[in-house]
Amino acid sequence: MMKKIRVLVAKPGLDGHDRGAKVVARALRDAGMEVIYTGLHQTADMIVNSAIQEDVDVIGLSLLSGAHMTLFTDVTNLLKEKGIDDILVVGGGIIPEEDIAPLREAGITGVFGPGTPLEGIVDFIKGNVKR
Amino acid sequence: MKDLAERAVAGDDRAVARLITYAENGHPDLHEAMRAIHCHGGKAQVIGITGVMGAGKSTLVSEIALEYRKRGKKVGIIAIDPTSPFSGGALLGDRIRMSRLTIDPGIFIRSMGTRGMLGGLTGAVYDVMEILDASGKDVIIVETVGVGQAEVDIIKIADTTLVVIVPGLGDSVQAIKAGLMEIADIFVVNKADTPGIERTMAEIESMIDLGYRPGMRKTPVMATSARECRGIIELVDSIQEHRFFLESSGSLPDYLRKRYEAEIVEIIHKRLMTMIFDEKVFKEKVKGLISRIETKETDPYSAAEEILAELLK
Amino acid sequence: MYDKEKLKELERRKKDWEKKCYLPLTEKVPERCPSFENLSWTRIDPLFGPENVPDFDYLKDSGMPGEFPYLRGVHPTMYRGKVWTMRQFAGFGTAEETNLRYKYLLEHGETGLSVAFDYPTLYGYDTDHPLARGEFGKCGVAISSLKDMELLFRDIPVGKITTSMTINGPAPIVWAFYIANADNRGIPRTQIGGTIQNDVLKEYIAQKSFIFPPGPSMRLTVDTFEFGTRHVPRWNTISISGYHIREAGSTAVQELAFTLADGFEYVKAAMARGLNIDDFAGRLSFFFNAHNDFFEEIAKYRAARRIWARGMKELGAKKPRSMLLRFHTQTAGVSLTAQQPEINLVRVALQAMAAVLGGTQSLHTNSMDEALALPSEKAVRLALRTQQIIEEESGVASTADPLGGSYYVEWLTDRMEEESNRYFDRIARFGGVIPAIEKGFFQREIAEASYKFQQEVESGKRTIVGVNKYQLDETVGIPILKMDEKGEERQLARLKKLKADRDNNKVQRALEALRKASMGEENTMPYILECVHAYATLGETCGVLREVFGEYKEPAIF
Repeated sequence: MMKKIRVLVAKPGLDGHDRGAKVVARALRDAGMEVIYTGLHQTADMIVNSAIQEDVDVIGLSLLSGAHMTLFTDVTNLLKEKGIDDILVVGGGIIPEEDIAPLREAGITGVFGPGTPLEGIVDFIKGNVKR
Repeated sequence: MKDLAERAVAGDDRAVARLITYAENGHPDLHEAMRAIHCHGGKAQVIGITGVMGAGKSTLVSEIALEYRKRGKKVGIIAIDPTSPFSGGALLGDRIRMSRLTIDPGIFIRSMGTRGMLGGLTGAVYDVMEILDASGKDVIIVETVGVGQAEVDIIKIADTTLVVIVPGLGDSVQAIKAGLMEIADIFVVNKADTPGIERTMAEIESMIDLGYRPGMRKTPVMATSARECRGIIELVDSIQEHRFFLESSGSLPDYLRKRYEAEIVEIIHKRLMTMIFDEKVFKEKVKGLISRIETKETDPYSAAEEILAELLK
Repeated sequence: MYDKEKLKELERRKKDWEKKCYLPLTEKVPERCPSFENLSWTRIDPLFGPENVPDFDYLKDSGMPGEFPYLRGVHPTMYRGKVWTMRQFAGFGTAEETNLRYKYLLEHGETGLSVAFDYPTLYGYDTDHPLARGEFGKCGVAISSLKDMELLFRDIPVGKITTSMTINGPAPIVWAFYIANADNRGIPRTQIGGTIQNDVLKEYIAQKSFIFPPGPSMRLTVDTFEFGTRHVPRWNTISISGYHIREAGSTAVQELAFTLADGFEYVKAAMARGLNIDDFAGRLSFFFNAHNDFFEEIAKYRAARRIWARGMKELGAKKPRSMLLRFHTQTAGVSLTAQQPEINLVRVALQAMAAVLGGTQSLHTNSMDEALALPSEKAVRLALRTQQIIEEESGVASTADPLGGSYYVEWLTDRMEEESNRYFDRIARFGGVIPAIEKGFFQREIAEASYKFQQEVESGKRTIVGVNKYQLDETVGIPILKMDEKGEERQLARLKKLKADRDNNKVQRALEALRKASMGEENTMPYILECVHAYATLGETCGVLREVFGEYKEPAIF
């Protein structure tokens, strides 16, 4: 059996800064993962539906506008509502220290701020996928 | 596994998705599930879409899917992108153009990497088609990789194959080189809003005329602008006309038979390859043969003969 | 300019020096790295001299400040006459909160305003739109109608101070808010001055806050050129921006080439409409990034001026003003680190210095906390003080183009111009900027550069102080801006009240008239102003254009 880690990289909200999302997507690809990139302006509904259809192991959210508290937790809330608990959710962006703990609490297990090494993200995902 | 198959047949997206994952990974129990769902399939209409990169295939797929939705059909989409031969990973970006479709419960999209397969498809594509078919999708659209090389495998699985090209940059010449002329059931000249469209249409039509013999079905050439949603209704009409042509000429069952044949070949191929290169029985033997090739004690042909002899024992 | 014989002698001497002094020493004591490269991966020699710029013709390639080809600056006296405008990009929460921030900045010596809008506004949505969820006031101020614009500039002399507004897709509408506000305060349109960014091409290339497809976008842009030329003559109707291209990960060379390619594209589009180049070109302005490689940045600004002047002359410009590349600069947001945020003060100071040495017309210095959140009052004051120190204490503002004539800087300037020209040729082969966008050319070039850079950071080939070298174990905290939590509620209530109080028939008539005009070929600006004056909201007005023009979806490029 040839299992590959599948990751949905999604940009929720209206923020168009996609440099980080794309650089991370490439790094994950280079680490042997299958990365599905959703493009910009995704609602929680779109992200969760895509994650289901693609049967991903990980959802990676990227947002630099500062709306992460609302928009990241929208995704984890919807996952909970649908009874999905085998997807690892991680997020990155301009995230102040004080927001990290509440985000983790809300189910965004990995929170990556500016300057996080790509290797760190890859290792975190490899070490924390749920199946 | 049986439960998963039942839920997939009932149209549960999560079950369908998980089953597809098992098919992609070659899960040991997949066989059982595929057997269970087989009797529910064979109904869906399969449309293949191929063409060079940048031809706007994803946008076109998106528009065709929306048109079928308007006609009350449920749609499954398989979008294939290349797997990196270096890392084994893949960047699958086709959903970007299909954003609008993701919240429609009547549409199921799956992005897949080629995972080493050449010819524009992926090894699991047959299974995925069967799964989508059994889950109640009326139309399945398969979008090939689109790197512009020999993506002719699509005709093994599609009832109707669309070849998409765009005006300018010699794409029509590219299409001929890549052997795409022969496989088109319908030619789509996309991005019809760009200059040079008339010339491209004329080029294609004259090439079709060259190969045309009386009594044959003449390959239609359709102009679309997926970005501006133009020509899509006509294109879907044309796909349905082709479908009707297959039905009325009695050749539709041939298509299905051809697909099953290709599928058997694929399964055997996969099975044999795993047996020889992955499973314990042969792994050691292959290793030994390779080192003997290295030391010139034997050669690749003789080694292959040896393996086959053992297999066919 | 150089004597041929003397150059030959110099080259001989240099070879000698390399053989006898330089190379033996590098064998004994190896240099810090095998090759020195700047941020565009250009190899930098150990020494530059006249032999590196043998064909340098001062009168042809350089000239005096304020003279063609403007290499040394756009103005004869440069900063001796008037220093650059200190213009801090600011905006958050409600119009009231941002209004207070503007007054704070003006009190502390800022000389121009620059409005940051929140995401819903940038996309032409009102605060009550479903897609605005979570985004209200987060990375700029929410402006949903003329009412908000009135509050934003309450008690600020809009007839005297110039205002820059970073708005693109809905630029004509937001500009109309500003004009209408001046109208209502009795300030003539000929008196107001400022800039709208209005550069949609770079949205497709890099910044990604596009709304409409390229065709209608270009039409709206040219509409603003035409309207501005006739009615608001002191307004810069576009700020052709490399900043975002750079932030998205391009090199300095790509920033330079892509921005100027966009610039020429706009000029051609306006000329195709029948506008006279000398009527509108004087109101085109530019916006560049100031990144870390000090000399490369300076060379970039200088090269930009020369390329633009030469290109505009070729396109038929006659007036000197039409050939001037006037630009705003912002220090590189992407270079700020969340780790040890105070060290960003130093980065910003160096970047700002490069912008000034490069002859910028206005400058924004980033605040040290911007890798974490929107800037606090203290952080923004320090950023402003940085500019004031450069102006008042460093002495660099005393003479024009102080680095002109440096062999290294002139060589780098020439080289960047050459590489730009190579990019122009490649873009031309696609059939212009828009076809190249549709084929993903720019996006791919930028994605490649940004990934390559990131990998070099990962491998340690590139150092980022505080991130992959000289790290601290403890996190250095700094106070973060807190916004008024009731702001969104107040904004929503204001929007509701506005829609109840205004003459809704008048709004509908104005919107219908705009719809008709945008379906035809008339200039849309007068119709947009009509809507705005009737207090149609941003979302309503932009909604009409969305229906008529459709929305753009980007190609998938990694």
